[in-house]
Amino acid sequence: MGSYIPSTPQEREEMLRALGLQDFRDLYRDVPQEMYLDGGPDIPAGMSECEVNRAVSAMAAKNRVFSTVLRGAGAYDHYIPSIVKFIPNKEEFLTAYTPYQAEMSQGVLQSIFEYQTMICELTGMDVSNASVYDGATAAAEAAAMCRDRKRRVTLVSAAAHPDTINTIRTYCYGTGDEMRIVPMKDGRTDPDALREMLGDDVASFYVQQPNFYGQFEAAETLGEIVHDHGAMYIMGCHPISLAIVKTPRDCGADVAVGEGQPLGMPLSFGGPYLGYMATTAKHMRKLPGRIVGETTDSKGERAYVLSLQAREQHIRREKAGSNICSNQALCALTASVYMAAMGPDGMAEAARQSMAKAHYLAEGLTAIEGVTLRYTGPFFHEFVTDMPRADEVLDALEKADILGGLPVENGGILWCATEKADRAALDRAIAICREVLEK
Amino acid sequence: MKLIFEKSVPGRRMTVLPVCDVPPAELPRELVRDTAPALPEISETDLSRHYTALCRHVHGVNCGFYPLGSCTMKYNPRIDEEMASLPGFTNIHPLAPAHTVSGCREVLDTAAQYLCRIAGMDGMTFQPAAGAHGEFTGVLLIKQYHDARGDSKRTKIIVPDSAHGTNPATAAMCGYQVVNIPSAPNGCVDLEALRAVLGEDTAGLMLTNPNTVGIFDENILEITRLVHEAGGLCYYDGANLNAVMGVVRPGDMGFDCIHMNLHKTFATPHGGGGPGAGAVGCKEFLMPYLPQSSLMTGSECLQVRSFAGNFLVVVKALTYIMTLGREGIPEAAQNAVLNANYLMHRIKGTFTPAFDRLCMHEFVLDLSEFKKETGVSALDVAKSLIDYGMHPPTMYFPLIVHEALMLEPTETESRETLDWAAEVFGKLYELGHTDPEWMHHAPHNAQIGRPDEVQAARRPVVRWQKA
Amino acid sequence: MNYPTNLQYSKSHEWVMTDGDVAVVGISDFAQDALGDVVFVNLPQEGDTVTAGEPFGDVESVKAVSDLISPLSGTVCAVNEELLDAPEMLNSDPYGAWIIKVENVSGSEELLSASDYETFCENGEV
Repeated sequence: MGSYIPSTPQEREEMLRALGLQDFRDLYRDVPQEMYLDGGPDIPAGMSECEVNRAVSAMAAKNRVFSTVLRGAGAYDHYIPSIVKFIPNKEEFLTAYTPYQAEMSQGVLQSIFEYQTMICELTGMDVSNASVYDGATAAAEAAAMCRDRKRRVTLVSAAAHPDTINTIRTYCYGTGDEMRIVPMKDGRTDPDALREMLGDDVASFYVQQPNFYGQFEAAETLGEIVHDHGAMYIMGCHPISLAIVKTPRDCGADVAVGEGQPLGMPLSFGGPYLGYMATTAKHMRKLPGRIVGETTDSKGERAYVLSLQAREQHIRREKAGSNICSNQALCALTASVYMAAMGPDGMAEAARQSMAKAHYLAEGLTAIEGVTLRYTGPFFHEFVTDMPRADEVLDALEKADILGGLPVENGGILWCATEKADRAALDRAIAICREVLEK
Repeated sequence: MKLIFEKSVPGRRMTVLPVCDVPPAELPRELVRDTAPALPEISETDLSRHYTALCRHVHGVNCGFYPLGSCTMKYNPRIDEEMASLPGFTNIHPLAPAHTVSGCREVLDTAAQYLCRIAGMDGMTFQPAAGAHGEFTGVLLIKQYHDARGDSKRTKIIVPDSAHGTNPATAAMCGYQVVNIPSAPNGCVDLEALRAVLGEDTAGLMLTNPNTVGIFDENILEITRLVHEAGGLCYYDGANLNAVMGVVRPGDMGFDCIHMNLHKTFATPHGGGGPGAGAVGCKEFLMPYLPQSSLMTGSECLQVRSFAGNFLVVVKALTYIMTLGREGIPEAAQNAVLNANYLMHRIKGTFTPAFDRLCMHEFVLDLSEFKKETGVSALDVAKSLIDYGMHPPTMYFPLIVHEALMLEPTETESRETLDWAAEVFGKLYELGHTDPEWMHHAPHNAQIGRPDEVQAARRPVVRWQKA
Repeated sequence: MNYPTNLQYSKSHEWVMTDGDVAVVGISDFAQDALGDVVFVNLPQEGDTVTAGEPFGDVESVKAVSDLISPLSGTVCAVNEELLDAPEMLNSDPYGAWIIKVENVSGSEELLSASDYETFCENGEV
């Protein structure tokens, strides 16, 4: 029923006749007749826009939207300024293809160039690509980029996001390389274990900062250990934290990656998100993905192009470092608008407030009898508690329209707070928790 | 145009966040960043105008004709966007309890079911974020299948020489040796060449059908049979599915797994390069290997990214499929093929099709004769089209045609647009003979002239730096 | 096209100049012309071994990449790192812009004289 085909039945007839054909079936004469579907695919009949709107909206209505979200674990409920939602919806940005034709795509190219600059500023690195699929694939691509003929093994901190670890494992499985997990001690990567596991065959080590459990890693120390053994150092950082926290560059990272979702992308049940990826000038030519460069045009004016393309699959084919041939351009645009709207002060404020709210929540919870922090090191905006009857607490919170923390192994809860949660909401969550546990 | 950094004025800002209502938390001194990142400091007015100015220098398919071959630039319906922006989708945490996200599950399950029926597959994952990512996933399924059987001698993936560069790059990412086979003169698989390379070391074949020159390979059943006989599996690259969706199913052609580009075939926008979604479908025997999020499922199976994939893109594609439905899906394919043939027919008097026969949803022009006559290259023609407000076709692809321009008009263009496009091509054909100089220097009316790509690659400037 | 007579050439368009125990390798004028503007060179490292007929690096232009095929087997004893910053030297001065120096030479591809190489470039055969 629904259709986006402009031509009328009569026009179609005329076009077919112009080609000397009788009907549509004639267009498919190369298709073996036994596989031709006469009645179309086995799916329901089409709908008008009005009906489809009703049907899809009904699905959305089956989901529960919480007024307070105290859960993170890789997807963070930060405040998104209104303008950030509008700009990427402009049809020019929304419906363009990859900017191969620079003369017709300066707007996209310049927006990516600006994005690359902002990521460099945030991470302290020299070169950023135009983005990759998400934080997990950024880490996996980084690990691949660090391998050479002699050094093939990838080490990954056990305190990294489980999805990141498993994605790196899958990419390593692809090329037949090994991934080894460096164990944790007290909620952070164990530096002694790392030192022992580094050998001549290790290409890189990946650590997440702050890590999956919210703890700050001793990132500089870890970097020194990695470099002492001639391997490359990859850090995956929460981008908003970087407004106030030491940059991966300052910690000695060779490659900085991360999940860019906090930069203005809604939770969206997991995607689309954004993987940011940056490195030092030395490794620029090994960086996978699209990169926009500045040049001049035939009139001598400043212009932007997709550059360094000889790294990529359409030229190197099976010798390319990665098969990636796109980026998350619209998400990169979203991130740029977010970073510009927030500015350096706003980003720092979001980071400081997230940290303050998480600490307020942690203090409130641990003031309750029987609730303790599992790890005691410094943390950013996530932390793990141990408490009895964690399930009951989460249920009670849910009834009060609060999405509590994520259940983790051995009855723990991984909590997260951002600048979006106000004190009243945090107090309410703490009170509900107290009520359940003191019952 | 000025960069956003060049519009930055210290102290300018928007007021987004409230004053903090809880006591500050101290960041340990050794963790403190010493200088703030030099992000733009800008008012909301300037921010809005900056991006409004930038978007005027972008051509999207919703702005005008975009016959970019192999990219399926069809109109992106606004209702799809509206559905994907419902708070009931955008505000859902991927790790929220299962009973609170049944709507998201329904979207994924329904989309999987419909796409399986369109593709002739049994199971589907939405983890892959793009076509190339889908290819990677599909070939990993093949690898897992052989590994699970302990069949370790299968080390080669066969790829036709007409294939997109991602195919061999993908095979390499999966640890396979790539065997390129030459195409027959009509661009289809050369059966003899295929037979010659098949053997005990064949892990699989990667193929798109219709192929990259826009022709449906009539030997497809024989091709997949031969690969299966040798013990390999067949992977369908869904890049060209728009020609045949609802008309013929890749599963019936003998393929074992497939990726579909929701951002091409199912009308979700490309967003200037992404996000897309490369849904991967497979036959039942490969379903145990479909990737999943280890955090969401507690399993350690394959995983190609975090969480469940580009969920909102799936919402858009589902909205599109539900709108078109059983009749609309094949109707779209048929009209995509009709439009391509009609446009080729109208252009044929001037530029030469590489294959002068019925095509599927796209066709390739071979400008090598034209270049010999006039000195004007496919690149010059492409750049000249910009002056007429048309996005150029895909250039110099596939590699097996010299001076190639590949056109894919899609079903969402009207006959007037196709007639106009044919006239523009006709004009350029004449101009090539009368004023080749003009074409060598095109575009003349675009925002920029041709950029110096050599300078960009030799002396890379990939970020702005304060003067 | 320039074919200096003091050099030997491989059919994959590299030139070789023997200087005592060391062989100097670069790409020919014909090769640089076919490649177009060179934008980057991927070089091996000192101490790497190279094998006659096998790639030892590659040369990038804007839209293409071509393997550099070693005309001889041996050990790389010097690499022209100036090319990393000025790849255009391969276009402007192909016989001055050497790429690697090889020692402990143990074998080589079939190498052609300047006149045979010129014939090869013009006719595709010697």
